Amino acid sequence: MDDLSFLMHGFSIALEPHNLMFAFIGIVLGVIVGVLPGLGGANGIAILLPLTFAMTPTSAIIMLSCLYWGALFGGAITSILFNIPGEPWSVATTFDGHPMAQQGRAGEALTAAFTSSFVGALVAVIMITLVAPLVANFALKFGPPELFAVQFLAFASFIGMGKEPPFKTMVAMMIGFALAAVGLDTVTGQLRLTFGSTELLKGFDFLIAVIGLFGIGEILLSMEEGLAFRGRAAKINPKIVWQTWKQLPRYWMTSVRSSIIGCWMGITPAGATPASFMSYGIAKRVGKDGSEFGKGKIEGVVAPETAAHAAGTSALLPMLSLGIPGSPTAAVLMGGLLIWGLQPGPLLFVEQKDFVWGLIASMYIGNIAGLIIVLTLVPWFAAILRIPFSIIAPIIIVICAIGAYTVNQAMIDVVMMLVFGVIGYLFKKLNYPLAPLVLALVLGTLAETSFRQSMILSQGDLGIFWSNWLVGSITLLGVLVLLWPLFSALRARVAPAR
Amino acid sequence: MERERTGGMPSVFATEVIVGLIIVALGAIVMWDSVRVGAGWGPEGPKAGYFPFYIGLILVGASIVNIAAAVVQRAKLTRPITERHQFVLVLRVFIPAALFVAVIPVIGLYVASVFYIGAFMRFLGRYGWPLVAAVAVGVPVVTFITFEIWFLVPLPKGPLEEMLGY
Repeated sequence: MDDLSFLMHGFSIALEPHNLMFAFIGIVLGVIVGVLPGLGGANGIAILLPLTFAMTPTSAIIMLSCLYWGALFGGAITSILFNIPGEPWSVATTFDGHPMAQQGRAGEALTAAFTSSFVGALVAVIMITLVAPLVANFALKFGPPELFAVQFLAFASFIGMGKEPPFKTMVAMMIGFALAAVGLDTVTGQLRLTFGSTELLKGFDFLIAVIGLFGIGEILLSMEEGLAFRGRAAKINPKIVWQTWKQLPRYWMTSVRSSIIGCWMGITPAGATPASFMSYGIAKRVGKDGSEFGKGKIEGVVAPETAAHAAGTSALLPMLSLGIPGSPTAAVLMGGLLIWGLQPGPLLFVEQKDFVWGLIASMYIGNIAGLIIVLTLVPWFAAILRIPFSIIAPIIIVICAIGAYTVNQAMIDVVMMLVFGVIGYLFKKLNYPLAPLVLALVLGTLAETSFRQSMILSQGDLGIFWSNWLVGSITLLGVLVLLWPLFSALRARVAPAR
Repeated sequence: MERERTGGMPSVFATEVIVGLIIVALGAIVMWDSVRVGAGWGPEGPKAGYFPFYIGLILVGASIVNIAAAVVQRAKLTRPITERHQFVLVLRVFIPAALFVAVIPVIGLYVASVFYIGAFMRFLGRYGWPLVAAVAVGVPVVTFITFEIWFLVPLPKGPLEEMLGY
């Protein structure tokens, strides 16, 4: 069991006092960005990323990944107390969480949500610990065609599994690829899509896109809703926590099922949001008293929260082992790796053992610490939401502007952030998904490189993606996932005839 | 006539088509530029435009499908993309934000933040001056300490900071 000793070594790194401090800062900031409208895991990390350039990569990833766990926890607070999902994956939590809060059971709902989040994350982290090294080891055999096939599979699953119209997902993704192509072509040294502009030479930075699309776009959308926050008080004390914990083991089946759904949806980049909905839906369907769902049933909080957190956590598995992020936040983290000079992918497990295992160990510690922090500090976090929007909105925009500026110390980036904000707003209104755009922007260069290398290998023959059983089966899986909407449309047409 | 029903705001259908057409144009630009740098096969393998050309092609194709889908569902998409008063709210956030970004190069980010947060709170939030002053000055000061002193990350500065010796 080599991996176990590596994990122990990882714990010794993650438990170093300064790393523990970064973990703590990360979680607290994460809950705050998760609670605030317009800031979330992805752009919270994007804004903070430039400040981590001076840290060691291990400390930086510990802080930023803990910010991610914090944001996952934070989403539940707003959903339950305010009926406002702070993050898209907490929408399903509002269905039963908010009714519970209205019945004066907010403490119970919050305890159930946090504990389930923790359970989901723990299952996913254990899964990552066991599976990631194997996947990485396997992926070491990958050549360019296999790598491109896996990337193709990742993008195909967005199109096939997403809840947005497939062609809109495709458009968003291709815009990401097109933006990634802007600037200097690293292979031929030619300039692409710059139209003589020197500012476009370095291309589009995905961090700017993330801050604009998710930050500014979200603020504009929140403004539209008028934003009168009317929340329920959060009363939570050890007695409530204890009583809720005594109830929770009854829902172990739901937890197990939701963890599995979450892990699966997180690895295939469908993400936490569909996982939480699917898990809620299944819990409702198989539950003995399904009609009670939506009226404040604790199981209705357990199911989506477990799945969302499991999915959010396991999204890091493909990022670490294959270099393919499973969610926008994972994409931003991966962008961080590239900036810190680490090449994400299977070699990470060989060359950067301290980094990988330190990160995995910090996932355990971060989630335990996160659970304690949110359970004890929930009233303070809820108080943040009581700050009126007309104070919080300009501050968030200032923070976004600072985040955009610090990426390259360039004013043009702040302007681009606003442009991306408008795009984000329009896309949200028209139901274009944003996650594929960000992922394509991050992965664009890598995907293009592996595609071009494959083409050079095969002298331009696309058959290389079918040339052996390994690449062939990945490609086939990708094609099947891509065509999935077609299958389900056909089935829906056949079904009423029966 | 349609204008009256949507309160002067474009309908969802109109927005879908306009955005769709912009994306088609975008895809066409990508294809055109890819052909310019060479979308074919060179002595060293695929040329610079090889991959982006197909990106542009898919972009055009997928967007046409989206436009077609909007045309088919036209009857269902007549509602306005957003209510007029909602749009006014959005502009109330966006225009000050754009002004804020525009003046940063002139007066620096910190001073711009003071005015931006202050004006926003005073005119949109209608808070009393003491609170407005506290938040509008407090946030940039905390930012200054965090970035310039603690993290040593320089942000855009203007004449005021210069006067103070930064």
